Amino acid sequence: MVKVKVEFLGGLDVIFNKERVHKVEVPQEDPVTLKDLLDYIIDNMIANKNDVPVFIENDTVRPGIITLINDTDWELEGELEYELQDGDIISFTSTLHGG
Amino acid sequence: MSDQELLAQIRALKLENEALKVRLSNTPLPPSPNPLSLEEYNRYGRQMIVDMPSPIESGLPAQLKLKSAKILIIGAGGLGSPALLYLAGAGVGTIGIVDNDIVDTSNLHRQIIHDSHRVNMLKCESAKLSIQNLNPNVNVVTYPTRLTHSNAFEIFEGYDLILDCTDTPLTRYLISDVAVKLGITVVSGSGVGTEAQLTILNFMNMGPCYRCFFPVPPPPTSVASCSEGGVIGPCIGVMGVMMAVEAIKFIVGAYTVENFEPYLVLYSGFPGTSSGQSMRTFKMRRRQKNCACCSNEPSITKESIESGSINYELFCGSRNYNVCQADERISVHEFDSAFSPRDTERAVKENLIMLDVRPNHHYNISHLPDTVNIPLKVLKNMNGSMELLQEVIPTVNTESEVIVLCRYGNDSQLATRLLKDEFKIGNVKDVKGGFFKYIDELDTTIPKY
Repeated sequence: MVKVKVEFLGGLDVIFNKERVHKVEVPQEDPVTLKDLLDYIIDNMIANKNDVPVFIENDTVRPGIITLINDTDWELEGELEYELQDGDIISFTSTLHGG
Repeated sequence: MSDQELLAQIRALKLENEALKVRLSNTPLPPSPNPLSLEEYNRYGRQMIVDMPSPIESGLPAQLKLKSAKILIIGAGGLGSPALLYLAGAGVGTIGIVDNDIVDTSNLHRQIIHDSHRVNMLKCESAKLSIQNLNPNVNVVTYPTRLTHSNAFEIFEGYDLILDCTDTPLTRYLISDVAVKLGITVVSGSGVGTEAQLTILNFMNMGPCYRCFFPVPPPPTSVASCSEGGVIGPCIGVMGVMMAVEAIKFIVGAYTVENFEPYLVLYSGFPGTSSGQSMRTFKMRRRQKNCACCSNEPSITKESIESGSINYELFCGSRNYNVCQADERISVHEFDSAFSPRDTERAVKENLIMLDVRPNHHYNISHLPDTVNIPLKVLKNMNGSMELLQEVIPTVNTESEVIVLCRYGNDSQLATRLLKDEFKIGNVKDVKGGFFKYIDELDTTIPKY
């Protein structure tokens, strides 16, 4: 089991009851990967299943959403294979396009 | 003095004026001992005396760098307005502005380089006037054209830096791609609602480009514009101001190949229910080895961009709203004459339902009488359940006649499909052009936002 903070930014909070910050306990034996966290979010946190495609596409985070592990691009941290540590902050932010 | 005497005096003064003008133009100005005019020393003094840690240029050398800099700003909107004003104020020598749009009243709450007297004027010309008023030392070049794959190279060539202040993924990919091919650094800003983002792309032709961050474009349905999602003026403005800071830093050498780290700033003016404002800087990936544009073996080249074989429209896609047949749609005039929105009695008698599918907070700003509001998203989430629909509209059934209305006539088409295909209501009509078209053509006293 691992305890992390999960943030939905850039408007993504609309599919999470408009709550930007969530304390999450993934009830699973270590190691818990980011992929496991995504599964947990899909199963337990997205209130309306119609909204899943807003967040997930082809079993990963949808294009246009930036994923950050402790304020660092997940590309630098192993992406889906990253093993969560207690206290990690995982942030998902939509890219904005308006100007 | 008589009128004649006055006229004679004016004639004499005019002659004297002409003579003086000729004398002045024949006398060459003495070569200035200073690289800037005295007016410029005075104008830029407050920024010139800011002490910078080495190797960042400050003082006169920094000011001369700004004066010889050529910066291209694409988009004179919510980001471009403050960025342009600050860069002009700081004394950037040449500022190019690309924008083919005209000033609209609905722009003015955030696009502060324009004003109420310039409505309907080209944004790039309006911006030029404001810049000339602020700092006549700046050379302004305007490009009143839409940026395309065929004109981008020609426009970008010769600029030291580009500010991407545009508003669609398509132009963001195009700007990044062309800048990579020309080796130009891009300061890229964006925003919608209460949030805004900032990053530097293709820094000195070694930093990551837009495609490194976003190799696959977002689905078109997930892209919100300011006109759609709304925007708080100063929330996007703050990012335009920060783009100007980054541009000045780039010109005076605050960023170097050695110290540059890719980053993305996220600003949240109203960070949910927590208090305060939030400004976060995220550490981002480096240039990607397999990037389609900036890697060593790119599939995207100058030739493939210019020839149009890189199809940006196809790559980014677009939303398909045209999901209704011609006989499923009515004009606002047909809507008005056949189903007068004020004929309540008939509506009740004939089980006619006028459904407005705009988001609730839009509907609350203004709406037609006798309409029911069910936002498209809510309608979708009913998954075709007539029971759920009847909780909101008790009289509705599959025999009802339903007229669907939205802001511009896009969402109403999607809603018409849902009502017919999922709720199995036979007689559903979409109003072409929506509520705003109705206002334009039939009742201009209704507030339009």
